Amino acid sequence: MGKTLFHKVWEDHTVRTLPNGQTQLFIGTHLIHEVTSPQAFGMLRELGLKVKYPQRTFATVDHIVPTNEMAEPYSDPLAQAMIQALRDNTKEFGVTFFDTNTGKQGVVHIVGPEQGITQPGTTIACGDSHTATHGAFGAIAFGIGTSQVRDVLATQTMALSPLKVRRINVSGKLGPGVYAKDVILHIIRLLGVGGGKGYAYEYGGEVFDNFSMEERMTVCNMSIEGGARCGYVNPDAKTFEYLKGRPYSPQGADWDAAVEKWASYASDADAEYDDVFNIDAADIKPTVTWGITPGQAVFIDENLPLLDELDSADRATAQEAYEYMSLNPGEPIRGTKIDVAFLGSCTNGRLSDFEEAAKYLKGHKVAPGVKAIVVPGSQVVAKIAEAKGLDKVFTEAGFEWRGAGCSMCLAMNPDKLQGNQLCASSSNRNFKGRQGSPTGRTVLMSPVMVMAAAIKGEISDAREVFGVQVATVGVEGA
Amino acid sequence: MAALEKIKQVSGRAVPVPGDDVDTDRIIPARFMKCVTFDGLGEYAFFDVRYDGEGNKKKHPLNEERYEGATIMLVGNNFGCGSSREHAPQSLHKFGVRAIIGLSFAEIFFGNSTTLGMPCVTVSEDTLHLLTQAVESHPESALTINLEKMEIDCGGNTFPCELPPAAREGLLAGEWDALALLLKDQQDIEAVADKLHYV
Repeated sequence: MGKTLFHKVWEDHTVRTLPNGQTQLFIGTHLIHEVTSPQAFGMLRELGLKVKYPQRTFATVDHIVPTNEMAEPYSDPLAQAMIQALRDNTKEFGVTFFDTNTGKQGVVHIVGPEQGITQPGTTIACGDSHTATHGAFGAIAFGIGTSQVRDVLATQTMALSPLKVRRINVSGKLGPGVYAKDVILHIIRLLGVGGGKGYAYEYGGEVFDNFSMEERMTVCNMSIEGGARCGYVNPDAKTFEYLKGRPYSPQGADWDAAVEKWASYASDADAEYDDVFNIDAADIKPTVTWGITPGQAVFIDENLPLLDELDSADRATAQEAYEYMSLNPGEPIRGTKIDVAFLGSCTNGRLSDFEEAAKYLKGHKVAPGVKAIVVPGSQVVAKIAEAKGLDKVFTEAGFEWRGAGCSMCLAMNPDKLQGNQLCASSSNRNFKGRQGSPTGRTVLMSPVMVMAAAIKGEISDAREVFGVQVATVGVEGA
Repeated sequence: MAALEKIKQVSGRAVPVPGDDVDTDRIIPARFMKCVTFDGLGEYAFFDVRYDGEGNKKKHPLNEERYEGATIMLVGNNFGCGSSREHAPQSLHKFGVRAIIGLSFAEIFFGNSTTLGMPCVTVSEDTLHLLTQAVESHPESALTINLEKMEIDCGGNTFPCELPPAAREGLLAGEWDALALLLKDQQDIEAVADKLHYV
């Protein structure tokens, strides 16, 4: 029997088995940011420890940076204290910091790949649950807590129990107007928000073969929303093409050797999986959430589920969700008024997200009364988007074009919902209060669906709004 | 490094925190994470669950006088899902929580809690129901979670509970925070680094 990528990477990075049976795993790449690292550096100082491999640790600032205020000191002194702490810590411990003046700052999960730091066959850890994003490159990437950030800083290792591997195949072709975001929302809807517990998700099949690296990142990003600690796609020619020539990618003669090594990590054709789950791409439609967990989702043309249609175990949370969202079972989600439209985040804040959104937005206007913001995932994304004139498309339509950061995905910065505003959001979590108001409401969807909602002022089917031809089953190619 | 306490049992009064999929944003809203230490997080645990927008107490067991001082929480399925923020278990620990009994836990939250020496044990739905009933009718009585026997004692009745072996071993051996073990024999770490293609 062959091995999965997960098992190959795990084996190569195992230091030893600990007394409690866990593995001491070497973490080749450590990404840090301002929210979950200051306490870890504090612990190192208290214990008199150093960063063991400072050259394998990379920092940036994303959660707290205001996206509408570039000058320091920031008006929020707590945010200023956090960015300053990261500057001081990275300087003292000798860690590379992509600060706001480097042109490379951005959301940590966007910066790693675009700098070429994220590579196949590696282990990556970051004090952030969306670290699974890096799995798009065939890396095993874990979101960790601050004590583990300390462990990785001090030893470049951490204690982990091995995971099982579930292969998720998405076969066939996605219909027009159906995106990577819809694929992952659909997977979570089917397998549940706790369904991935104990598993790494290996995504594959024709849909993933055809996906760009950025689409693969969108899916891997939300693995944790399905309860899976990490998710990955096997590396292929597209992966290598993406990495070629990036600042931290191997150069010259090292490149060919690296590609050969990277390719060897892909799961073997006869690899054994603990579980296999098959999905037909033709069954997936544009998907939106209606509740307070990412698993509470429907197709845009469906009505909201009646309580007795749901699994009995899900009814109490559904009831809670309907009350919180002020939505009613049995009614369509389409037509629900929105107050805010947000395009950005580590899920959908990359260049291709903006290109696709702008393609449809061009020539339209944001509906009166809707606050609409676009937040590039990084300074690099912002620069390229501006060079292509995408910022103008957004601002001419009535969107605000912002600086790079996490922004309204989690609202640790001035971008927040007010009261019970409802936000059409390209982000990853619709938890109660997630977007900064304890009563604020989030509806997750793809970037193009956010555009449709912004233009109409209500949750809409982007395929109708933009006149995208919906393929009818059976007549394709006729 | 100072030796860690061997955690063989946790005793205390309990409070039910009902609901499934309670995420870490709910346990500690992001706006309270604008800090460079974990000090003071205790008062913000479940803040938006406990208080409304005007700072008035909402109806919730965590606000009920009869549960004041409880050190064990009774929770539902997939508790602690979402963000990896250690601020969540840190805030609960500083709030006074020393153990959590639930139907299931999200993995990262579970690991973060274990590293703080705060066991998260699972029980069956029936057991959770019985424990909740007992706690609601006798909030003044203590529960004892025995990690050696993997049993919960509640007013003389015992119920089985579960904990993954690695976490249990770590807690019983006083090795729930792995750092001391990870720092040992660093030449082994370096040997792995040396053979990796990218380090």
